[in-house]
Amino acid sequence: MDTGVDGNRPITVSRPFGRFGTALVIAVPLLFLGYFFAYPLVAILLRGLTTPEGLNLGIFGDILGDRTLRGVAAFTVWQAALSTVLTLAIGLPTAWVFARFTFPGKRLLSAATLVPFVLPTLVVATAFLNLLGPQGLFGIDLTGTLWIILLAHVFYNFAVVVRGVGSFWATIDPHLEDAARTLGASPWRAFRTVTLPVLVPAIASTSALVFLFSFTSFGVVLLLGDLSHSTIEVEIWRQTTSFLRLDIASALAVLQIVGIGIVLAFYGRFERRVRSAFRYLQPTPRRPRTRGERVAVPTILTGAFVYLGVPLAILVARSFAQPSGGFGWENYANLVDLPDRFAAFISPSSAIANSLKFASVAVIIALVIGLLAATALTYSSRVVSRTFDVFVMLPLGASAVTIGFGFLIALDRPVDLRTSLILIPIAHALVGIPFVVRSVNPALGGVQNELREAASTLGASPLRTFLTIDARIVTRSVFVGAAFAFAISMGEFGATTFIARPASPTIPIAIFRYLGRPGAAPFGAAIAMSVILMLVTGAAILAIDTLGSRSDSR
Amino acid sequence: MKHSFVSMAVTIAAAGLLIASCTSDATPDEVVLLTHESFALSDGMFDRFTEETGFTVVVQTAGDAGSMVNQAILTKDNPLADVMYGIDNTFLSRAIDEGLFTAHTASEIATVPTDLRVDGDIVTPIDFGDVCINYDIADLSTRGIAPPSDLADLTDDAYRDLLVVQDPATSSPGLAFLLATIAAYPEDAGYSWSEYWTDLFANGVSVAPDWSDAYSNQFTLAGGTRPLVVSYASSPPAEVFFGDLAEAPTAVMTDGCYRQVEYAGVLTGTERGEAAGLLVDFLLSREVQEDVPLTMFVFPANTTAALPDVFVAHTTLPPQPSSIDAQTIEANRERWIQEWTAIARSQ
Repeated sequence: MDTGVDGNRPITVSRPFGRFGTALVIAVPLLFLGYFFAYPLVAILLRGLTTPEGLNLGIFGDILGDRTLRGVAAFTVWQAALSTVLTLAIGLPTAWVFARFTFPGKRLLSAATLVPFVLPTLVVATAFLNLLGPQGLFGIDLTGTLWIILLAHVFYNFAVVVRGVGSFWATIDPHLEDAARTLGASPWRAFRTVTLPVLVPAIASTSALVFLFSFTSFGVVLLLGDLSHSTIEVEIWRQTTSFLRLDIASALAVLQIVGIGIVLAFYGRFERRVRSAFRYLQPTPRRPRTRGERVAVPTILTGAFVYLGVPLAILVARSFAQPSGGFGWENYANLVDLPDRFAAFISPSSAIANSLKFASVAVIIALVIGLLAATALTYSSRVVSRTFDVFVMLPLGASAVTIGFGFLIALDRPVDLRTSLILIPIAHALVGIPFVVRSVNPALGGVQNELREAASTLGASPLRTFLTIDARIVTRSVFVGAAFAFAISMGEFGATTFIARPASPTIPIAIFRYLGRPGAAPFGAAIAMSVILMLVTGAAILAIDTLGSRSDSR
Repeated sequence: MKHSFVSMAVTIAAAGLLIASCTSDATPDEVVLLTHESFALSDGMFDRFTEETGFTVVVQTAGDAGSMVNQAILTKDNPLADVMYGIDNTFLSRAIDEGLFTAHTASEIATVPTDLRVDGDIVTPIDFGDVCINYDIADLSTRGIAPPSDLADLTDDAYRDLLVVQDPATSSPGLAFLLATIAAYPEDAGYSWSEYWTDLFANGVSVAPDWSDAYSNQFTLAGGTRPLVVSYASSPPAEVFFGDLAEAPTAVMTDGCYRQVEYAGVLTGTERGEAAGLLVDFLLSREVQEDVPLTMFVFPANTTAALPDVFVAHTTLPPQPSSIDAQTIEANRERWIQEWTAIARSQ
């Protein structure tokens, strides 16, 4: 297949920041990830694997020889692969609609796709059990099956594909496909030969994210699967907190990291194999025109709307089901009332304030580090770039429990950060950074060298070229990454509860507290709090999106 | 471009301020309490401690009890805190073996029943809770089934598909219930706990990963299909309290209960040993002890503490809850859970 693209052509434009600047651009994210990710991880793994007699490597043999653990590893890979394929299959048509067409309520719907992303797993599990459980609305009981796990993974990761691929797809010139059609190609052939090759880097990028998310899936597998379904992440947690077996947990964490490293290296090759020379365009979505489009667009949108909307609607409906009977605002009144009467409950206002504060800091950190990392990836040599790329992505696939413990034994010097609140947004940002990088990288890689060359021919300095060409072109994808980083922080529970820190509860922690008390009133309040989390997140994402599209039309 | 640089500088400065506001420093007058995520006391409780002693309490929560103990073990050379509260007999032996605690005899230890106390007062009992089977009164009566009276009943065909328990590998009440069955059907008995569980699985027991899923999704009271659930003896009064009800909709089966005792201890390596001891004393004082029932739904270890009315009226305490000593749990916990998991997976 000749795409007219030379994928391996080295970048010829001079470095925009000079030799020193480029070193700095790599050094900052490297130091950040080194200190807050690699160092704690290595420290805890060494501690776990070290016995008085030295490094205990025999434990790897024990694990690989254990049939149950081998089964867990196989299931982890298998379900992650299936989840990725399924999310792509269901998400790509919607990504196309969002990229190419305008329709009423588009911006709202686009923000809404990110809402599932932030919901606590127990709350989503409740919704799914209402639909697909023993007394489910659909009359089929999928509890404990692989299917319900996969359906939940698609529900969570839908936005990754729709927003990740969609934002990139929108910048591909639709006239290329039109031209192919004029020359007699079928719509499918036109898509396959013209658009798809250009789209591959974005698809590979988002697939990697979905795969890693599903690979390290914890709550979904625990709550919706049964005992025969366990991932490496669940196993690490069980070994650590139930058995206090740090040795087995560490060995599993090493195997997890190695596995993820291999997968990422593979994706990286795939992502880079096709480097597009697409003409960057302001996105020009239009109304559906042909008859096919007028059928396909509403059908796809309805499908997406039902898939995401029904579980969310169940939660909203449940939030209005009053503990004392009937429908009304009682659960919301209890949200205000219960914390007053009862110290174990967290008031919604303080939880919302804490969540927004942590999320803002996490977004800033993720953007600064993520943008520097993405720039470094684009402007460094291939070997450096590939290695660094895998490194940046690793936090997404590393065990949260392991890193949490790593923080404790590693971050007490030179400054004792172990109980500092800043660790919370930093932990959130570690997961957000890969999203910023993955969003920005395909766009940055797609900036044509001809444009850069033209700018320098016209007398622009390399830095000015970068700011006028690269920075402008990637702005939209920066906002895509920012929205993800924000949503990740808003929904994060594991690290937030795990890091030893003074009380400063977030919304997910407040929900957890409500869920931990017996009775219909606390449970109803938890669901009401989840609806508030949905609304706050949706509104914030809408604001970020609006800023993003403003910057677009500037 | 100039405008962009200015706004970028402003953004970075704002970020710096936000970040600075997130960091905190400990001061010499502080005493740090490491506890689990379910910890709660009424607002202002620690202000009284500050008035009495001059020390301010900083509460640090660290995941569930297992995570908390792990954290303390990993940081014992450079401890995060001065006092730990919330460790129960499941992990106590391991923590003592690791040398986490320095003995401290609390000023009001005489108010604590001797069977709750630990040799040498290495740690101080603060509260206890009984893990028991709860049942949905209305649902059972609609089905025309009598409430079960002991563990043996649960394997009876009349209770087929009615019980939900928690996975002992991921849930603290789940482990407590497993321990209750081990205490009732010891390994060397003619009918051992593993045979009991084989029968329980044959009778359709459902396993939830944690308490919330069992109680708030699978229990009939929450709209699920199972009217029997492993929960706490304090759950019925909690239902009354949170629901403003006159009568509890649930009741407790008093056989097959397991008593979880939560302890507080002075962490070895603290530089504020005196303040740490005072904090442990405070946790056992009547002020705190009378607060724990309605904040954490546990029973005070201090027998002079008055129970709230809702507890007195709606609690049935098991006459003889079982418990297994910490050393035996430590020696067998992993094996028991793995054997249980093998039984569960083979069904």
